[in-house]
Amino acid sequence: MTFESLNIAIALPEVFLLTMACLILVVDVYLPADKRNLTYVLTQLSLIITLLLIIRNQTDTRLLAFNDLFVQDAMADTLKMFIVIISFGVFVYSREYLQARNIFKGEFYVLGLFSIVGMMLMVSANNLLMLYLGLELLSLCLYALVAFNRDNSNASEAAMKYFILGAIASGMLLYGMSILYGLSGSLQLSEIAVAVSQAAEADNAQNIGMVFGLVFVVVALGFKLGAVPFHMWMPDVYHGSPTAVTALIGTAPKLAGFAMIMRLMVEALGGLQADWQQMIIILSVLSLAVGNIIAIAQSNIKRMLAYSTISHVGFILLGIIAGTSEGYSSAMFYTISYALMSLGGFGVIMLMARQGFEADNISDLAGLNQRSPWFAFIMMILMLSMAGIPPTVGFWAKLAVLTAVVDVDLVWMAIIAVFFSIIGIFYYLRIIKVMYFDDAVDTRPLECGRDMQIALSTNGLAILALGFYPAALMSLCISVFN
Amino acid sequence: MFADLPLLSLIVWLPIFGGVAVLLSGDKGDANGVRVLSLVISIATFVLSLGLYTGFDSSTSAMQFVEKTPWISSFGINYHFGVDGFSMPLIILTTFTTILVVLAGWEVIKKKPAQYLAAFLIMEGLMVAVFAALDAIFFYVFWEAMLVPMFILIGVWGGERRVYATIKFFIYTFIGSVFMLVALIYMYYKGGSFAILDMHAMPLTFNEQVLIFLAFLAAFAVKVPMWPVHTWLPDAHVEAPTGGSVILAAIMLKIGGYGFIRFSLPITPDAAHSLDWLIIFMSLVAVVYIGFVALVQKDMKKLVAYSSIAHMGFVTLGLFVVFQIWENPANVSGGAAALAVEGAMIQMISHGFISGAMFLMIGVLYDRMHTREINAYGGVVHTMPIFAAFAVFFAMANAGLPGTSGFVGEFMVIIASFQANFWYAFLGALTLILGAAYTLWMVKRVFYGEIVNDGVRALKDLNSRELTIMSILAVAVLALGLWPAPVVDVMHASVENFLQHIAVPKI
Repeated sequence: MTFESLNIAIALPEVFLLTMACLILVVDVYLPADKRNLTYVLTQLSLIITLLLIIRNQTDTRLLAFNDLFVQDAMADTLKMFIVIISFGVFVYSREYLQARNIFKGEFYVLGLFSIVGMMLMVSANNLLMLYLGLELLSLCLYALVAFNRDNSNASEAAMKYFILGAIASGMLLYGMSILYGLSGSLQLSEIAVAVSQAAEADNAQNIGMVFGLVFVVVALGFKLGAVPFHMWMPDVYHGSPTAVTALIGTAPKLAGFAMIMRLMVEALGGLQADWQQMIIILSVLSLAVGNIIAIAQSNIKRMLAYSTISHVGFILLGIIAGTSEGYSSAMFYTISYALMSLGGFGVIMLMARQGFEADNISDLAGLNQRSPWFAFIMMILMLSMAGIPPTVGFWAKLAVLTAVVDVDLVWMAIIAVFFSIIGIFYYLRIIKVMYFDDAVDTRPLECGRDMQIALSTNGLAILALGFYPAALMSLCISVFN
Repeated sequence: MFADLPLLSLIVWLPIFGGVAVLLSGDKGDANGVRVLSLVISIATFVLSLGLYTGFDSSTSAMQFVEKTPWISSFGINYHFGVDGFSMPLIILTTFTTILVVLAGWEVIKKKPAQYLAAFLIMEGLMVAVFAALDAIFFYVFWEAMLVPMFILIGVWGGERRVYATIKFFIYTFIGSVFMLVALIYMYYKGGSFAILDMHAMPLTFNEQVLIFLAFLAAFAVKVPMWPVHTWLPDAHVEAPTGGSVILAAIMLKIGGYGFIRFSLPITPDAAHSLDWLIIFMSLVAVVYIGFVALVQKDMKKLVAYSSIAHMGFVTLGLFVVFQIWENPANVSGGAAALAVEGAMIQMISHGFISGAMFLMIGVLYDRMHTREINAYGGVVHTMPIFAAFAVFFAMANAGLPGTSGFVGEFMVIIASFQANFWYAFLGALTLILGAAYTLWMVKRVFYGEIVNDGVRALKDLNSRELTIMSILAVAVLALGLWPAPVVDVMHASVENFLQHIAVPKI
């Protein structure tokens, strides 16, 4: 094996980001507390450069590196770009929030960067081990980040729950992977795919074994994505973590989760589509039902968003169920727009929070229109988008997914989905109601830095702009799967 | 002069961007500036929309002023506008009513006037777009988006139970429309196009048609609203600010009726044919039963809201009675079907004027007395004689007095229903009695008799702004009542084409 065959240049963005993360780790140790801003600036700078590297490195063809462990294709490029952009947004929104709580520490940024590297590796995995390593790098950073505000008992409890359930899920995944490895004799996704389709054709005992492995993989994916009935960790973790960390968990990792589904289920186990389709239909319907119904009962906005995430996962899975390239691209479109919406949602929650006050109850949003009409408007757009009301991007995401399901003659799935989104609309409307119709308890206008204002406004307007002109993002997602 | 302009786009986007400008100018500065700006925008939009009338070629049923550019090419969704004889009058009604609404809120709305006016202007653009859209998804986008400003309007500037009313309004309409969305997606899957005119021509089996028809019915029946899904309307009307009620009654309800014309009947003619008894039954229940319900209301706005439901019953009756007119062997005159559809259209426009006027009148009283209870009034004629004259006039129009626009549409529909079934006409004609009873009884209790309390004694008559609004509407009601020909003429070709289309079975 020569050094050239590693093709290290293909993984340049990851390599660069990893180097920067290590560098920032060292630099931060020597920084006095009042110079901590440098860590922040360095972090953001490295994200921007990573983004530029990804864009520069873009390719239409499929390139392999590290002895075929690592793959670069159009899907990987697109997802990585959005992972980096969204994480950049999370760091912008969380700066003042962390400062106000005296947890403006280097660890947040270092762990955050490592988790981004993990996501990027997942997205580019071409081998079960690579996928698993990326996932674990992401998860371990997130476990630590949840407990990051270590004096907070809620956070510690959430971290514990997250860790234990996450570890079980990882165990499931490993078990499933080991079965697949045992039956196919390879960790390479493409070789597994060949073995799976051969087994499916032969329809022998080996095929049953494959399906057995598939079940564990689906369970693990359900855990990581938060699909019902494997969703139990989500509300507690969303609620217990500092909002900055919730934002980190609730946005970009969904993109990585989508990539994991694509790599595992479609690329490796595509031959078992008929089997996993049925399993995912159940996960999807349950997620839509439980997510939307239980969200109504929440008074904490972070818990509500957790349940709303569950219902959105149900929609993303709908696109996967379709099992066509339209379905995959619609699911990808949905995931990207969902990540943008929930980024904005957490941004507004962090904006509302002040020193010693979390602003995570729905009633804390009361009278936002009187306090800051502009941010109330942004939040309204975000909520309408989550509810899927035009002219916001959320509507197009739902339309794309529904079209994909109807295309494969699953009209009843589309009807179930719209039925639960009717139920879902109520809790999004309630947020608008609280902001616009209720009177404010605290009438002080919201204060925040210019960077936050610009970022949040851009975020909200992007949702609206994509609602008026979704064609660009949509054709990007479609081109990925052609 | 308008020939080479993208006129429909201008009429849609001028009020929307104008509304955004009003919104951005904010509530901190001079409220009068915001009001004048909104008035200028709404008048400019109205003047532009008159260009649709003057440039309209009434000899053809083809779409006119068509604008078409690809919007989302991966789904074949186009930015596609165009009008025919059905949508053009309704667009003008929309732009006309918006001027009155802007005027009606002039000094009455003190809380955040910029947001209030902006909501109306944005809604105006969205509603015009609903009437003008020729791409189903394009239509759906505006159809849903239109709910948001109304939701905010009722919720922020509404009465005591505004939150309940506005959420009910939103969820009711949303439930109906998502099933329509699934139907539209299904037809895209079958036919490969979201263009409404392509859907008209698309062959569908009977079972598909029935399901699609029911999905459309869910959307449009809620919007019209038809009995038994009408219950959101009285709540929304009672809680909405005056302007909101006017838009709701004068235009939003028409969008339901328009939906039947544009979607249900032409896309699923066979299902409409075999289920016409259901719609006719629901319409007659609305006319008769809701008429009785209106009779016992104690709240003026609720009374007018129920009367709206009863009047809209004529629209759906007129549209769906055509199949039975054709089937009736005793049918002697050939034009009865066209009469029914044209009557339904006239009824929609006339109801836009009259219900708008009724709600504005209640608004005039409410601004002074802050109550809508009929019991709180009496003898208003002694202190507000000019206003009382207008009130009696509009009440007569609401009751369907010949010479007013209220008579024309109802009369046309009743005459046409005679060709289908005597009892339809008989039950429909009951409205002439019931309508007169509930409206005139309300007028009697509010305006005549002795002055009942000091509040009424201190009332001041109409100011010049209110007088202007009332006069404009009175002229409109009279004009349409005495000489409906200009409106009927523009829609005639479209009606003929529509009837020819739905007479041909798709299976």
